[in-house]
Amino acid sequence: MSSSVTTEKDTNLKSQAGKKRSQWGEVWRRLKKNHMAMIGLIIMIILILLAVFANQIADYEEVAIKQNTANRLQGPSRENWLGTDNFGRDIFARIIHGGRISLMVGVVAVGIAVLIGGTLGAIAGFYGGRVDNLIMRAMDIFLAIPSILLAIAIVTALGANLFNLMLAIGISSIPGYARIVRASVLTVKDQEFIEAARAIGASDFRIITKHIIPNALAPVIVQGTLGVATAILSTAGLSFIGLGVPKPRPEWGSMLSDGRTYLWEASHITTFPGLAIVITILALNLLGDGLRDALDPRLKQ
Amino acid sequence: MAESILKVKGIKKYFSTPKGMLHAVDGVDFEMEKGETLGLVGESGCGKSTIGRVILRLLEPTEGEIYFEDKNISQLNKKEMIKLRRDMQIIFQDPFSSLNPRLSVSEIIAEPLIIHNIVKKKNSELEKEVLRLMDLVGLAKRLVNAYPHELDGGRRQRIGIARALALRPKFIVADEPVSALDVSIQAQILNLLQDLQEELGLTYLFITHDLSVVKHISDNIAVMYLGKLVEKAPADELFRNSLHPYTQALLSAIPVPSIKSKRERIILKGEITSPIDPKPGCRFAARCNYAMDRCFKEDPELTEVGNNHHVACFLVEEKANN
Amino acid sequence: MSDNILEIKDLVVHYITDEGVVEAVNGLNMTLKRGETLGLVGETGAGKTTTALSILRLVPNPPGKIISGEIHFDGENLLELSEEEMRSIRGNKISMIFQDPMTSLNPVMTVGEQIAEGIEIHQGLSTDEAMEKAHEMLELVGIPRERAIDYPHQFSGGMKQRVVIAIALACNPSLLIADEPTTALDVTIQAQVLELMRNLREEFNTAMILITHDLGIVAETCDKVAVMYAGEVIEYATLEQLFENPKHPYTIGLFGSIPSLEHDVERLKPIKGLMPDPTNLPSGCPFHPRCSHAQDICKERKPIVTNIEEGHMVKCLIYEGVMEAKEVL
Repeated sequence: MSSSVTTEKDTNLKSQAGKKRSQWGEVWRRLKKNHMAMIGLIIMIILILLAVFANQIADYEEVAIKQNTANRLQGPSRENWLGTDNFGRDIFARIIHGGRISLMVGVVAVGIAVLIGGTLGAIAGFYGGRVDNLIMRAMDIFLAIPSILLAIAIVTALGANLFNLMLAIGISSIPGYARIVRASVLTVKDQEFIEAARAIGASDFRIITKHIIPNALAPVIVQGTLGVATAILSTAGLSFIGLGVPKPRPEWGSMLSDGRTYLWEASHITTFPGLAIVITILALNLLGDGLRDALDPRLKQ
Repeated sequence: MAESILKVKGIKKYFSTPKGMLHAVDGVDFEMEKGETLGLVGESGCGKSTIGRVILRLLEPTEGEIYFEDKNISQLNKKEMIKLRRDMQIIFQDPFSSLNPRLSVSEIIAEPLIIHNIVKKKNSELEKEVLRLMDLVGLAKRLVNAYPHELDGGRRQRIGIARALALRPKFIVADEPVSALDVSIQAQILNLLQDLQEELGLTYLFITHDLSVVKHISDNIAVMYLGKLVEKAPADELFRNSLHPYTQALLSAIPVPSIKSKRERIILKGEITSPIDPKPGCRFAARCNYAMDRCFKEDPELTEVGNNHHVACFLVEEKANN
Repeated sequence: MSDNILEIKDLVVHYITDEGVVEAVNGLNMTLKRGETLGLVGETGAGKTTTALSILRLVPNPPGKIISGEIHFDGENLLELSEEEMRSIRGNKISMIFQDPMTSLNPVMTVGEQIAEGIEIHQGLSTDEAMEKAHEMLELVGIPRERAIDYPHQFSGGMKQRVVIAIALACNPSLLIADEPTTALDVTIQAQVLELMRNLREEFNTAMILITHDLGIVAETCDKVAVMYAGEVIEYATLEQLFENPKHPYTIGLFGSIPSLEHDVERLKPIKGLMPDPTNLPSGCPFHPRCSHAQDICKERKPIVTNIEEGHMVKCLIYEGVMEAKEVL
C-alpha cells in the first residue's frame, strides 16, 4: 500500500483498550447510570423471580385456592404475611400467583401485538404508497374503538379464559405498535446506509431484516416495556369486571373486586393487590423511561 | 484509444411534488472512458447527486438511457441489476449516516461479499478478504470489530470505500466523498482515492461542489446548473478558458487561499430559479449578465467548440460562428 | 482608551462528561483591535466554537465550565460580570452569527419581528420604532423591506443568512463573532454574503472574529489570523505573515492539504494521523504525534509563545531554539 495512506497509531479509539463496545453495550452503560431505572429493573427482576418460583414459595392448590373459612378475613400475621381473604385464602400466595398471571399476560399480549403490529407497520413503512395506505387505514379503524371495549368484546365473544385474555389485549394493542414501527421504519429508511445496502445488491428482505428492523427497535422496546404495564392494568380491569381470568384463579384485578364488599372491615384484601399493581406499574414505567433515555442517540453528544 | 465504459443519453429525472413537477435532471448526455475521472460540479439543486444515483439505478430515470460497457442497462430487471452492482458502486458523502450503526467494521465490509456469494460465510477466507480490503484503504487491523460510532469521519469514510471496493467494481460514483471531512483528512482520502484508481484501474464519476478539489482530481469536468449540463471540458481547459457565463461566475466566486491573486468577482443577479415546472429557455437566463432575447425562448444545446470543450450557450455559439 | 476591543488571557474551558473531561480550550491567548477582523482557523475539535461561546458566556453548563482565564472586552472582564450584565451585552455590544441559517431563525416569527426583538430589548425603542429600524436593516442587507412580514421558510439559505446578519448588526455591536457563516451556503451565494459582510464592517467599523476552516475565506476577509489546534493558538500572525511565511508545522501542513487552483500537484501532502482526542490530549506539544519534525523532546516539553517578528507568534520548540528542524520549513 502506498505510503501516503496513513495507518494510525493514535489514542483515539476505545477499542484499543480491547473493549468491544457495541451499541447495545453503550445503551446498558447509560442505563446503569440511571438510578431510578435500575430500581425499576431490580423490582421487575424480583417480581419475575417470584412469579417463576411461585409454586416453590406457596403451593398453588394448598394455599392459594383451598378455602379455609375458619381463617377468613384475618389481618397480616406470622402464618399469613399479608392476611387472608374472605375465603380464608392466603393473600400473599394469591398475590404471587396472580403476579405470575399478570406478567404472563403482559408479556404474551405485548409479544403478539409487537409481532403482528410490528410486521404490519414495517411493511407499511417500507413499501409506502397503496400498501401503506391500506394497512394504516385498517389500523385507524381499529384505533377508533377504545382498546378496553375491544378487549371486552373479544373476551365476551370467545369466552373468558387466560388464553383469550392474552389474545384480546394483544389484538387491541396491535394498531399502536403498527404506528410506532411504521414511524421508526420511515425514519430509518431515509438514512444513507439503506441506500448503501441497495447499492451493494441487498434484497428487500435483507434490507428490512438486517438493516431497518435492528435500527428501528428502540421505540418499540420502550413502548413494549410500558405496554406490559398497560396490559397488566387492562388485565386487572377486565378481571375486576369479571371478564378476565375465571375464579378461583387469583388475579390482582379480581382480588380487588372481591375485596370491595369488605373495604371497611378488611381493607387489606384490597390494599395489598392494589399495592402490587402500583409497584409493578411503577417499576415498568421507571424502566421504560430509563430505556428511552438510554436509547436516545441525541444524548450521546 | 481508450474504451468507453459509460454513456448516458438524454437522462431526465422528474419528481412530482404538490407544487408541480420538479425537474431535477433535465436532459443530460455524456460519455466516460475507462480509467477516467469525470468531475461533476454544481451548486445545490443542480441535480448532480441525482444523476449519480440514476446512473446506478438507485433512482429510476424518468427518461433516457444508460449504457455500461456498451450494454443498455436502463431496462435490466432487478436480478440482472443486482449482478451489475458488482461492477458499479458508490461512495457516499456522509460518513455518519452511510454506515449501519449496528454493524461492526468487518460486517459492513463483508456484507457485499456475502450477498454475492463471493466468499462463503464464516469462512476464514471471508475474514482474510475483509482484512485485505481494510489494508487496502488504510484501516488498522485492530479495528475489525469496532463500530462506526467509535470512529472519526475519516476512518468511517475509509470503511465506506472498502465496502465499495469489496466487489472489485470497474466504475465508482463518488458523491461528495470528502465534503464532510476536515481539511487534513480530506487530503488523506483524496490521495487514497487516487492511489486506488491507479492500482485498480477504476473509473470515477466524482461529484462535488468544491472546485479546487475537482480540479485536483479530475481529468474532465462537467458543470451542471438546474438539471442541465452547461459546460464540459478537460480540467485545465475549463479553469483556463471557461466559456459559459455561469462557469465563469462560479470560478470567480471561489475564495482563493492566496493573498496575491486579486480576482474580479462576477456577482450573479438574484437567486437560483425554481426547478419546478421551469419556463422554456436557458435555465440560467434570468441571472445571466449577457442574456439575449433568444435565451429566454430557446434551450441551448451542448455543442463542441473545439479541444473537447463543450458549451451550452447561445452567446458562445454566436461568438464561435462569427 | 486601549486600541484593543478584545483581550483573552489564558482561557481554559473544559466539558465534564461521562466519557471524561474534554479539554476544549487550553490556555488561549488572543487580542483584537477595534474594527479589525481576526480569522480563527482550525479543524473540528480545535476549540474555535467553544472560544466564541466563552466570550459570550454561552458555554452550555453543564457540562461546560470556564475553568480560568480572563476575557477583557472594552476594558471589562466579561467573566466577572453578572448574568444580567452579560444579557445587556449580548446582541447589543457583541453579536454572534452561527453556521446554519436554517436553525438560527425562529420559524414562527416573521423576520421583521426577529430583527426588531434585539432593538427593542437593547435600545429601549417602542415596538413601532424598532420595527421601522428593522425595515432599514433589511434594506441594508439587500432584502426588500416589504419582506419584513415574511417567515424564515419563505427565504432561501443565502437570504436567511442575510437576515441573521441583519439581526446581529441591528444594535451596531463593536464585536461580531461569525462562526462558519458561509459554510452551509453555495459558493456563489457565499461570495455575495462575504461581500455584504465586508461592506457592513467597513461602514460600521465592527471588529470581527471569523471562525472558519477555509483558508480562502481567510485570505479574502481577515486582517489577522489565529490558527488553533487542541484548544490553543499555535500560530498568530497578520494575513501577509501567515500566507507568505507560515511557521508552525501544522499551519504548513494545512496549506499542503488544500488542492491549489494555481498549480497542479500529483498528490496532496496531507498531515498524517488524526485529530487528537480532547479527553486524552498528547503530552508535551499537542501536535507532536502528527508532526514530521517531532523529536523526543516534543513529547516532554510544552512549547511556549515565541515571537518571530512584530505581530507574528508561534508555539513550537523549533523556534524556541530548543531543537533543529529536520528539514527546511
